[in-house]
Amino acid sequence: MERGMNERIRKLRHQSVTVEPRISMERAALVTEAYQKYAGTVEIPILRALTFKHIMENKTLCILDGELIVGEKGEGPQAAPTYPELCCHTLEDFEIMHKREKISFKVSEEAKRIQAEKIIPYWQERSLRKIIFNHMSPQWKDCYESGIFTEFMEQRAPGHTVADGKIYEKGFLDFKHDIQQAIDALDFLNDEEAYEKKVQLEAMKICCDAIMIYGQRYAKYARELAAKETDPRRQRELLAIAANCDVVPAHRPQTFAQAIQMYWFVHIGVTSELNNWDAFSPGRLDQHLYPFYKKEIEDGTLTEEQAKELLSCLWVKFNNQPAPPKVGITLKESGTYTDFANINSGGVKPDGSDGVNDVTYLILDVMDELKLLQPSSNVQISRKSPHKFVQRACEIARKGWGQPAMYNTDAIIQELLRAGKDIVDAREGGASGCVETGAFGKEAYILTGYFNLPKILELTLNNGFDKLTGKQLGLQTGYAADFQSYEELFEAFKKQINHFVDIKIAGNHIIEKIYATQMPCPFLSIIISDCIKKGKDYNAGGARYNTSYIQGVGIGTLADCLSSIKYNVFDKKRFTMQELLQALDANFVGYEHIRHLALNKTPKYGNDDDYADQLMIEAFNAFYDAVNGRKNRKGGVYRIDMLPTTCHVYFGSVTGATPNGRLAGKPLSEGISPEQGADRRGPTAVIKSAAKMDHLRTGGTLLNQKFNPSVVAGDEGLESMVSLVRTYFNMDGHHIQFNVIDRKTLLDAQQHPEEYKDLIVRVAGYSDYFHNLNKELQDEIIARTEHTCMR
Amino acid sequence: MKKAIVFNIQKFCIHDGPGIRTTVFFKGCPLRCLWCHNPESQSFNKEILFNPEKCTGCGQCRQRCPRGAIQATPRGWIHDNTKCIFCENCIDVCVNNAREMAGRAYTVNDLMEEIEKDRPFYEQSGGGVTLSGGEAICQIGFVAELVKTCKKRSISVAIDTCGYVPFSSFERILGDVDVFLYDIKLMDPVLHEKYTGKDNRLILDNLQRLVAGGARINLRVPLIEGINTDRSHILDLIDFVKGLNISLVNLLPYHATGSSKYLKLHRDYPHHLLARPSDEKMEEIKNLFEVHNLKVKIGG
Repeated sequence: MERGMNERIRKLRHQSVTVEPRISMERAALVTEAYQKYAGTVEIPILRALTFKHIMENKTLCILDGELIVGEKGEGPQAAPTYPELCCHTLEDFEIMHKREKISFKVSEEAKRIQAEKIIPYWQERSLRKIIFNHMSPQWKDCYESGIFTEFMEQRAPGHTVADGKIYEKGFLDFKHDIQQAIDALDFLNDEEAYEKKVQLEAMKICCDAIMIYGQRYAKYARELAAKETDPRRQRELLAIAANCDVVPAHRPQTFAQAIQMYWFVHIGVTSELNNWDAFSPGRLDQHLYPFYKKEIEDGTLTEEQAKELLSCLWVKFNNQPAPPKVGITLKESGTYTDFANINSGGVKPDGSDGVNDVTYLILDVMDELKLLQPSSNVQISRKSPHKFVQRACEIARKGWGQPAMYNTDAIIQELLRAGKDIVDAREGGASGCVETGAFGKEAYILTGYFNLPKILELTLNNGFDKLTGKQLGLQTGYAADFQSYEELFEAFKKQINHFVDIKIAGNHIIEKIYATQMPCPFLSIIISDCIKKGKDYNAGGARYNTSYIQGVGIGTLADCLSSIKYNVFDKKRFTMQELLQALDANFVGYEHIRHLALNKTPKYGNDDDYADQLMIEAFNAFYDAVNGRKNRKGGVYRIDMLPTTCHVYFGSVTGATPNGRLAGKPLSEGISPEQGADRRGPTAVIKSAAKMDHLRTGGTLLNQKFNPSVVAGDEGLESMVSLVRTYFNMDGHHIQFNVIDRKTLLDAQQHPEEYKDLIVRVAGYSDYFHNLNKELQDEIIARTEHTCMR
Repeated sequence: MKKAIVFNIQKFCIHDGPGIRTTVFFKGCPLRCLWCHNPESQSFNKEILFNPEKCTGCGQCRQRCPRGAIQATPRGWIHDNTKCIFCENCIDVCVNNAREMAGRAYTVNDLMEEIEKDRPFYEQSGGGVTLSGGEAICQIGFVAELVKTCKKRSISVAIDTCGYVPFSSFERILGDVDVFLYDIKLMDPVLHEKYTGKDNRLILDNLQRLVAGGARINLRVPLIEGINTDRSHILDLIDFVKGLNISLVNLLPYHATGSSKYLKLHRDYPHHLLARPSDEKMEEIKNLFEVHNLKVKIGG
């Protein structure tokens, strides 16, 4: 059988990767019209539902030549809608987006005119971003602006919206019926929230209608195109699209194609309703599609090639949608077009048996052949996963571009169980976004912001004072030079962490309430259990589980800093704290000897050296203790994640020189990876060090490994890669990803970007085109230690 | 407690025997192969490597040396290993990392601690520890104890050996070593002596006796263009080993990665005499082995 993309897919893929991302004003205009018409006349959830309906009734339809799956967020591929109700861009924002070198969006003159005349006048005082910043305390703002933490929801809606299997078992008529039953069951006599519930449920009902209207419009449009089509083959395809859209989303899908179309309509619905910070994900796609695949293969109505073609069409659809344009600090923490839709393959079935099936391998083939940034594809590997599956995943991963990322199913399940999930919900869960664990289709697991761990140490060393902004941000925990022992320093550090986590969470509480009351998402709520049952919105605690995360960044840098202080200042007395502080203030200029000792002669995390690794564990525990178990405002609790997206670069830029010898402004360590260049004993040592962290107490950790291609070449190379992954997972590691590109290639790509347009690298939990990354991030990736093997 | 001088412990080795292995490089070797890519492995004593390319001539090392072992010369701050007491002051003080230590004394316990660290990888991949060098078996008292300890703890042991040791040394460990990575360089005793400093009869004899003793052997043949790649030599070699029940032959094309280390030891490297055989030549040689029903592989 011939492998590789067929003509149709090649063409669609080409279109997807060559069209320039641009701003689409359609959604903004429709939202504004709806608000102008309904705001103040109906309850907020109804307003949101009517707005959603207005969008779905009027948004431009798009069926490109050759497409088999239909629906776009904008007017066509790479057209990015804006969400003025969350973030009202200024004309200057538009100008920057248009002109900025990286992650730019073309903005037409017409778009600017609409923004100036229609959008800004209505939204500039009403956007949630404005409201949120108005409510944040001066203390919070100082911390935010100094780079202590970031805020995920300041211009994007809560994400981690992942589908489970229910959209393949029910159509929206069925959901509407369920909602009506919930309304009918409301007890207005005794339930004091009955009215609020009714409003939420009515809003959901309107959204059911809205998505069905969207499907009907596509059915009609496809028939119109078919009537005009002269090529009989294409005509048949268009009629098939129409027939699919007659069935979904109103009814449950009957075929493999309808199942994919169902998902895609829901995807467009969720991401048109709000700009969730990681789009929407199908979750366990191979599990969901397999029954349709199996039946049709057995019936002879579908071939393997056709199934692959349909999946490829879906992949292109994902890739057509750039992440909603970001500005300000949010752009810095997540500087990418990638919208973090993440597809989990493999894992286990709800009954705990191995989940790998034929569709799993098809998905791996599609990922391999299309080599697209989006969707992010990952594999879930359990003890029960067959060797062939892990081998195939490694075979693709060693091609160098970072997909698939590998997740440990057994760890994920334990993490979810620890967080109180039912065992079946846990098995049906997985990782989304970058690496974050959740019960798919049943949980709102919200990232609230990155937390700059090394910066907290910097403030501790300066008695709470931030030299960069000249502000007293932290507590006065004492002058570092007065600390008599390492333990005294660490106690002060713990106090500071708690202090900043307090500030962060106080802000989060307000933001959560603002979203719960001002920005419900009734469409999404339909498909997340138990929003219908509870009569509550996803953003207000309607989901079965509600977790909030704070994501620690720079644990590797922090561990090395603590090691340097403990080892050099207290244990070996090679220099004093005073000398160290002077060296840091001078960015080590004139203190090269101190930097040399800190950089080259000090135990470092990532070398399987207990001295440094133990300090990593203590730092991890301090962060964990400060965050874990605190209550959020949706009936859930806070947990920690250890991942950065691109935030380690931004946080590095606001952090001065650090005791481990890192110069001011340089990136922090990324994920739970060791600081760039600190790991000198090869990948097994990194994996051993990283596994000393208690991954099961987190909601996800991110470990990046970079290999020279020669290391993983040949059969032995592939088998050792499999062994590395399996061993890490035996030790409860949560996630590992690989960059297999040599340093020389990366340096050359930096010099000659035009010759490396296709070069994709793993950044942190996602892949991106190397040329899309800014210089700092490129340098950071180049600086990550490339493991070679001794020959 | 017995100690051995080890100059490197390399983890994640995937070409030194089956699975993922930790390779321990013992210092000291009876041979002086012209193409040796680990020249620091030859002397049985510790040495300090000095990289003149990194030296900025600040002189800190000389100031901190308690024995006056460092001299300023046109080639940089050269080290006199006969005066050196290996206090490492000069290494600690050098902000440019121009100096590094080759060789540290380890007890069996020290080494076991390092070896044990990667146990999860051995168990997953079917790997273990590989003792290499230099020539590990030159320190047989230590090695025998190490091998026995590994065996007791169910860690697979491979030994990479040049074979130039008394057979009695092999006998001490034969039962506990899972595989010998046995080097054969040249079949002609005169040429062998010319290029390695020693006659090869002991080596060939030991190989036959090891096989007779039931050892599992992977043969390793470094191939250096113009020195041992001609057809007749390869055929001689095949002729010698074909009846020996060899599990695998690894053909290792010469590479120059060790050349910079000669500079660090203030030694000359005979670049002009050494070359890597072409890929075609490697294939040709590989075919010769295959024709004689030997399992053969290019690379480790």
